[in-house]
Amino acid sequence: MTLTAPLPEEVEAEAPPLGEAEEVRGGGWFVRITILVIVVLWLIPTVGVLVTSFRPAAVVNETGWWTTFAHLFDSGQWTLQNYRDALDSGGFENALLNSLAVTVPATVIPITIAAFAAYAFSWMEFRGRYVMFVAVVGLLVVPLQMALIPILRLYSGGASLGGVTIFPDLDLNGTFLGIWLAHTAFGLPLAVYLLRNFIGALPSSIIESAKVDGADHFTIFWRLVVPLSVPALAAFAIFQFLWVWNDLLVARIFLGATEENRVLTIALQALAGSRAQDWHLLTSAAFITMILPLAVFFSLQRYFIRGLTAGAVKG
Amino acid sequence: VTTEVEEPPAAPPPPPEAPPGRAPGQAAGLALLRLVGAVVVPLAAFALLWWTFDFLRDADANRLVLAGVALVVGVAGVFLLFWAMNGTVNHLPERFREGVRPYVFVGPALVILAVFLVYPVISTIIISFGGPQRGSEFVGLDNYDFVFSDESMLRSIRNTAGWIVIVPIVAVSIGLAFATLADRLRRGEAVAKSLIFMPMAISFVGATVTWTLIYSFRPEGFGTNIGLLNAVKDGLGMSPTAWLQVKPWNNLLLMVIMIWMQTGFAMVVLSAAIKAIPDEIIEAARIDGASEWQVFRRIMVPTIAPTIAVVVTYMVINAMKVFDIVFVIGNAETNETEVIAERMIDWFFISNHDGRGAAIAVVLFVAVIPVMVWNIRRFREQEAVR
Repeated sequence: MTLTAPLPEEVEAEAPPLGEAEEVRGGGWFVRITILVIVVLWLIPTVGVLVTSFRPAAVVNETGWWTTFAHLFDSGQWTLQNYRDALDSGGFENALLNSLAVTVPATVIPITIAAFAAYAFSWMEFRGRYVMFVAVVGLLVVPLQMALIPILRLYSGGASLGGVTIFPDLDLNGTFLGIWLAHTAFGLPLAVYLLRNFIGALPSSIIESAKVDGADHFTIFWRLVVPLSVPALAAFAIFQFLWVWNDLLVARIFLGATEENRVLTIALQALAGSRAQDWHLLTSAAFITMILPLAVFFSLQRYFIRGLTAGAVKG
Repeated sequence: VTTEVEEPPAAPPPPPEAPPGRAPGQAAGLALLRLVGAVVVPLAAFALLWWTFDFLRDADANRLVLAGVALVVGVAGVFLLFWAMNGTVNHLPERFREGVRPYVFVGPALVILAVFLVYPVISTIIISFGGPQRGSEFVGLDNYDFVFSDESMLRSIRNTAGWIVIVPIVAVSIGLAFATLADRLRRGEAVAKSLIFMPMAISFVGATVTWTLIYSFRPEGFGTNIGLLNAVKDGLGMSPTAWLQVKPWNNLLLMVIMIWMQTGFAMVVLSAAIKAIPDEIIEAARIDGASEWQVFRRIMVPTIAPTIAVVVTYMVINAMKVFDIVFVIGNAETNETEVIAERMIDWFFISNHDGRGAAIAVVLFVAVIPVMVWNIRRFREQEAVR
């Protein structure tokens, strides 16, 4: 509908062409081998991290991870200790909690706000509707680097104009509320744009008939439009979730790098700085940060790809 | 609750002219209600949230409790906000209701965007003409002079130029080749594609750590080299290299990380475009005796050219703003791997010179605008076609 062109799975459902054309299209050894080589090249880094993270520290230090494949069934080659160490001593347990407390609201808040706005832009009549929508889409061009310094100043010190306080000093630095609002703002233009495209394309007959039946806007939005927009909402939710979960910059500036406040990406970065040679710890820590995104990726691949490709215009 | 709020530039429009037959007082009342609905109610909600957090902060609560409470408050809060605002509108005199409601729906979005994007853009531009700290005096164009004369800054501009040329070209080429070839596989296309796409799910930090394992280096006599690249050299009987310190090639090694992450994106989007080419066109060319290369070069590539352009611009923008990879690898100045976005954070956040940080941000903004405008336009055209 709006988000992207057909997805691989949908297309593949068609029966492959048979007959002589098959010979050409089927591709020979060249195709298969090239594909295989690229896939193997692309997998090596991840496999290296995964394997290293399950090897005992002493072994990691002495031999490359690829040597493990020579003695796969030797129990001395494998351990879970690295994960225990990373979670306990590395402070990753705390960071995991922080990441969740940042990411879930920072996904839900912008999507809710954007969905209401998108509904109003699509189905409500009011003055300035078009101008406001264009202004919101126009904000897609603003790189978030442009917003960092002023927001940080607003959070610690507020803002005043000619001696009059126009934004009070709320001391939002290092709070979850502060980082949710920042992420919400950075995600909103894209969310409003995508959701308006989708919600605006819903058949007007449905909405009109609900109105005739006496439903008010809130009911139409909540009972009708939201359920119908699940594909677009899911695609954006996944995009925003990954964006926030994987973000280092915004978290570093608005939450900070203290042991208490830091999220997973910052904890991993700190570990990479302080214990750069402790590969058994670094790899297990890296894998802890990747588990959730990879799980989301493999379970919701269809929405995931849709979300990411639709996110191509994020500022 | 503070009611002195900055008038959001894009927010509530001027009061509408009174429609015929309506008293002027009524129109003014309506405008006021709209403003209240769109601005004051979200502010009240915000104040409530802030108060909750302030309370939690002082309570010195356990982290698990705090995270849990934050999660519930954040998620429930935004729903309650709209529910309460809508309920308030329902209690207005009937003639006002439907005039106010739209502003209640779009209000929160406009307020947040005004405070967190519109105001900062203006403010950053002003800060870029000032000194290091808040309240320091006007320094004219000094910061911009610095941006275009400092040795490290110039290097960051050179490096960023390298990123925006090399990363898109390589990632799109591999992605296009892979998409074209995978299209011919009889089995396993979906699996092969998802494996290439997978790094897109990982954070830049995670990906950078992953690749530093490959690049890792130990001088001779300091133990086995467990990095793949140096192990290969070792196997060939050569001495190990400190890859990340070899100027200027270390820049390329950092670009490889981004290429690794983003090729999957190019591949998936291009693959969808290739599959959308009508079979008849390609079959007709084959019947006319075109070789497979000619089909690719003269039919497929021109047909999907608009999609290629969108993917390339997306990657150019990403490469312009690359930060995490360089920041996590560290020692950018010593290794001469600086990039613009990384310099911005370095000056603003680490060296505490807001003026210079802001000037770098403005330069980045000005560089991004044309690409982004073009990108959004192409994106809209593509959507229109569908």
